[in-house]
Amino acid sequence: MSTLPRALAGDLAAIVGARHVRAAPAERATYAMDGLPTHRCVPGVVVLPGTREEAIAVVRLLATHGIPFVPRGAGTGLSGGALADAGAVLLVLTRLNRILKIDPANRLALVEPGVVNARLSAATRPYGLHYAPDPSSQSACTIGGNVAENAGGPHCLKYGVTVNHILALEVVLASGETVKLGSPGGEPWGPDLVGLFVGSEGNFGVATRITVRLTPLPRAVRTLLADFGALRAAGEGVSAIIAAGIVPAALEMMDQSCIRAVEASVYAAGYPCDAAAVLLVELDGRYDAAVEAEAVAVTEILKRAGARAIRSARDEGERERLWQGRKKAFGAMGRLSRDLVVQDAVVPRSALPDVLETIAGIAERHRLVVSNVFHAGDGNLHPNISFDATDDAMRARVEEASSEIMAACIAAGGTITGEHGIGLDKLRYMPLIFDAESLGAMLAVRRVFDPEERVNPGKVVPVHACREWTQGSRRRAQPRGEPVGAV
Amino acid sequence: MTILQKVTALLGEGAVLEAGTDRVPRIAPGSPDAVALLLGTAHQEGWRVRTEGAGTWLPSDAPADLALTTRRLDRVPAVEPQDLTATAEAGIGLDQLRQQLADRGAWLAIDPPGLGGRTLGSVVATATAGPLRQGFGPVKDHLLGVTFVTGDGRMVQSGGRVMKNVAGYDLTRLQAGGFGAFGVIVLVHLRLRALPRADVTHLLEGSRDELTQLAEDIAAAGLTPAALELVSPALARRDRWVLAVRLVGSPTLVAADEAGLGAATGGGGRFTALRAEEAHGFWMRLAEGLAVRPVTFRTGGVPAASDELLDLLQHQLGDEWISASPAAGAIRWSGDATADRLQRLRRTLAALEVPLTLERAPWAVRHAVGHFGAYREGAGPLVAGLRRTFDPGGALVVATDGE
Repeated sequence: MSTLPRALAGDLAAIVGARHVRAAPAERATYAMDGLPTHRCVPGVVVLPGTREEAIAVVRLLATHGIPFVPRGAGTGLSGGALADAGAVLLVLTRLNRILKIDPANRLALVEPGVVNARLSAATRPYGLHYAPDPSSQSACTIGGNVAENAGGPHCLKYGVTVNHILALEVVLASGETVKLGSPGGEPWGPDLVGLFVGSEGNFGVATRITVRLTPLPRAVRTLLADFGALRAAGEGVSAIIAAGIVPAALEMMDQSCIRAVEASVYAAGYPCDAAAVLLVELDGRYDAAVEAEAVAVTEILKRAGARAIRSARDEGERERLWQGRKKAFGAMGRLSRDLVVQDAVVPRSALPDVLETIAGIAERHRLVVSNVFHAGDGNLHPNISFDATDDAMRARVEEASSEIMAACIAAGGTITGEHGIGLDKLRYMPLIFDAESLGAMLAVRRVFDPEERVNPGKVVPVHACREWTQGSRRRAQPRGEPVGAV
Repeated sequence: MTILQKVTALLGEGAVLEAGTDRVPRIAPGSPDAVALLLGTAHQEGWRVRTEGAGTWLPSDAPADLALTTRRLDRVPAVEPQDLTATAEAGIGLDQLRQQLADRGAWLAIDPPGLGGRTLGSVVATATAGPLRQGFGPVKDHLLGVTFVTGDGRMVQSGGRVMKNVAGYDLTRLQAGGFGAFGVIVLVHLRLRALPRADVTHLLEGSRDELTQLAEDIAAAGLTPAALELVSPALARRDRWVLAVRLVGSPTLVAADEAGLGAATGGGGRFTALRAEEAHGFWMRLAEGLAVRPVTFRTGGVPAASDELLDLLQHQLGDEWISASPAAGAIRWSGDATADRLQRLRRTLAALEVPLTLERAPWAVRHAVGHFGAYREGAGPLVAGLRRTFDPGGALVVATDGE
């Protein structure tokens, strides 16, 4: 039940129109989750502004009343980061979906936050350009959400993550003030506030206009599929490619459980079902001869690492099939169980073989199916735990296994998230990688942008674990997503 | 007790170096913890502290009660060639770090202006990228994490040692280019590349207009040189402007790029390939030349505006000492300029949406002009708030915004 002032929905409707305010319980329940099925939180009211001016007016109205709010894009996030509770407003930005400018000469575009990632690349393709970060959810996720989470994707190995592609931002702060960060050329006006804002998970404000860098489409591409009889050998193959100084456009790994789920689905890509793991390696560049030479070198490296077979996509159709299997793998895993936790952690690349074995051991000990599909070239793991949320005992085992996986990654010199963010889901792990002073510093920075901590409250920084930097917190709200069961 | 006596009692005699010409006590803490101890004490005592590295880039002339030099923080705790990462303390000289990395087959793709002994911390704090920015991006793209000490002595860690990391806010990017206003960087986690197997440099002399057009043609053709630098005659020590193209990577890739370079610029043979030692000398002289004149600044515009910006600089300040990456929209100017002229130029550039960052200058100019300034709408209060957060007592002497 919403705990917001009764008149609020009407006031919001006066700004955006009544049909763009969702106040009925059933409507609000639609927004109770993001892409992570383990946290549920029904917002007090949902508002969908259609223009930048409406978005700013909404934020100013909420500032006047001191009401917390949560910016949200397509809701494909995987950390419970875009959830609002009954005392907060969910500010959905999907209607701000205009591509305002494409500037091929300077390789940049100006977009609104609700533009879908894949749509931007499609729009710039006629100019021989694309927006390089390509999260698996790119057919649905928005550029604004990508900015908030500093989203990655398979091709970020070579081309960099979201922060490497954002040149400038117009942001509305919690106070309703607008600020301009960065410049079209990418040089900051002072300290790099664009870099600070990207990945702040909505805590610093709402990006209303985003200037992105566009990247030329590669002219030559080779896509290889390497088949391994042992997971460890595949991990060693990854390390060997990196150590050889080759930077593939993408270097992805899928284990047997994942391969079989994909091959049993409509996304079947022709992966070998008896393989312990496959590596999907994409090499690209301007010159066919140079890319071919790298493909030959990678093939040799992978053979030495123990690949049973390596095949190269013969045409664009086969390449697309291979990639579709990879990008839709999370969906395909829906066949394994009714619920799925997509985990996210990063380890040094040389630690991959050991960490993968450790994860397999954790899965076995907790009697769980853990499927791995991940950005191996970055060391960015995605162990996916299949489970049934109606089974209390199983949920508890998922909880324990997730914690153990995070601990194993930290012990290997890694971190708790490479691209999904902290949100609600990983708050509890933050003190494992940052001391109280560093967490306190983050909280203090957040308060520079949002002194009342009203934007996306309760996310990213576990306040209880912070050493206090400033006297007298003025926090007004501290909602928490209520876990679905114990997970 | 004098400041010097208190510091000696705190950190020992080994931390006290000979003072510079302005007689400001120069303190060299031997560990990150010692930096925290020193700055915590400075905050309590109300001392004003200026931060120095090797003292080869920014003049050691800011008025302060003591100078904190990072030069004893020169360890390299980790080099991981398998992962292409390294961890180094901020006070290590870049040339020394490069050698240690090369010994392990690794390469840090940053070539900042200044002398080879410039410290890593100086390069990170000032975000001074060199010609390699064209192919490998700005300094911040090479950082995985930093540890820094705030103006009141708190030690803060940001980021980590892995290639991707979105745990918490990215304070690393705040420190890269913060000019020490938000703390003193003590430790840096770096993203490395494998030492390139082929590394060649080609030069072409010509008029500025002709070479700017060629640089545009090269970028438009989709070539991806590591560096594509337009250098003024005085800086290049040549009779005319020079376009320097550096190609790195596998021998096959570099050979293909060389062929592509010829095709993109109207046939081969126009460029002159330098021998390895010549290329090394050319890039080194270019870097060192930008630290000779009293003032150096950088501007960053969109690539298509590079020519217009070069005209503007020539008109307002002269163009004797310029090194620019026109395809990246980055220009570095060096020379002699008054605070007044720099302020006017900054205002003119701001109207074109082009920031001017003052990289080095005598204190009087830095103080008047500020490293930053001409903030866009609403950004000034954020910078001031961040400054208060990380240096609540104002212990760190940094000319952020000018007068």
